[in-house]
Amino acid sequence: MAKARVKTPKSVKKGEVFEVKTLISHKMESGQRKDKKTGKKIPQMIINKFVCSYNGKEIFTSDWYSAISANPYLAFYVKADASGSLDMTWTDDSGAVFKKSAKITVT
Amino acid sequence: MVRKIEMQPVHRRDMMKIVGVGAIAGIVAGMLPGLAHADAAAAAAAVKKAAGGKEPASGKITLELPQIAENGNTVPIGFDIESPMTDSSYVKTVHVFADNNPNPEVGVFHFTPACGRAKASTRMRMAKTQNVIAVAEMNDGSVYMAKSEVKVTIGGCGG
Repeated sequence: MAKARVKTPKSVKKGEVFEVKTLISHKMESGQRKDKKTGKKIPQMIINKFVCSYNGKEIFTSDWYSAISANPYLAFYVKADASGSLDMTWTDDSGAVFKKSAKITVT
Repeated sequence: MVRKIEMQPVHRRDMMKIVGVGAIAGIVAGMLPGLAHADAAAAAAAVKKAAGGKEPASGKITLELPQIAENGNTVPIGFDIESPMTDSSYVKTVHVFADNNPNPEVGVFHFTPACGRAKASTRMRMAKTQNVIAVAEMNDGSVYMAKSEVKVTIGGCGG
């Protein structure tokens, strides 16, 4: 289903602030559209929560509403502390959880 | 040999049906832009709530928005907030609103000092030309606000 991609630098220096780019495929049904055949509103189905943990510690989270575009893109920053992993999770209205991790190498 | 081409004659009644359906579809399509859009008042209430009753100060926030968005379905938006991002002084939460969308809320971003920088970007839907408003709350409770208009050529609502 949903395919997630995360882009981080290959290696970072300790204390360096680096950009993390994420992209996930999701239709982000806004709840505003109508079914052309039946005229009924198509129920909302969006990713409403994004969480990023760095070596097990939650460092950045975001709550999303229906105004976020389909196939949500999100870029944010992280300060390099220790080598390890950045773990991303996206949760949608159905409760489905999508995960993607990125390896962080601190030199 | 001559090939016979059979044509189905269109009766007057059927023709009326086709025309009628077309007309109704036209009327419905015309009504769509009138779908409950949040007005500036609803957005102002949402901004007030996000500010926690405080009067937001200006400054510190840089909004990264296009002046004109051709496609309202995916408008790149971003913000960068001036802050040392240390344990004693950092940006806690940033709310982003749009004052002429069906719902004023766009997203809420929660930062920690481990982010190193209070900057983020994403892509949003815009129903029509409107203001994008960012409200940032610092860890000491102070609140800042910034507002900028984006002109939308083709709305990204419905469709």
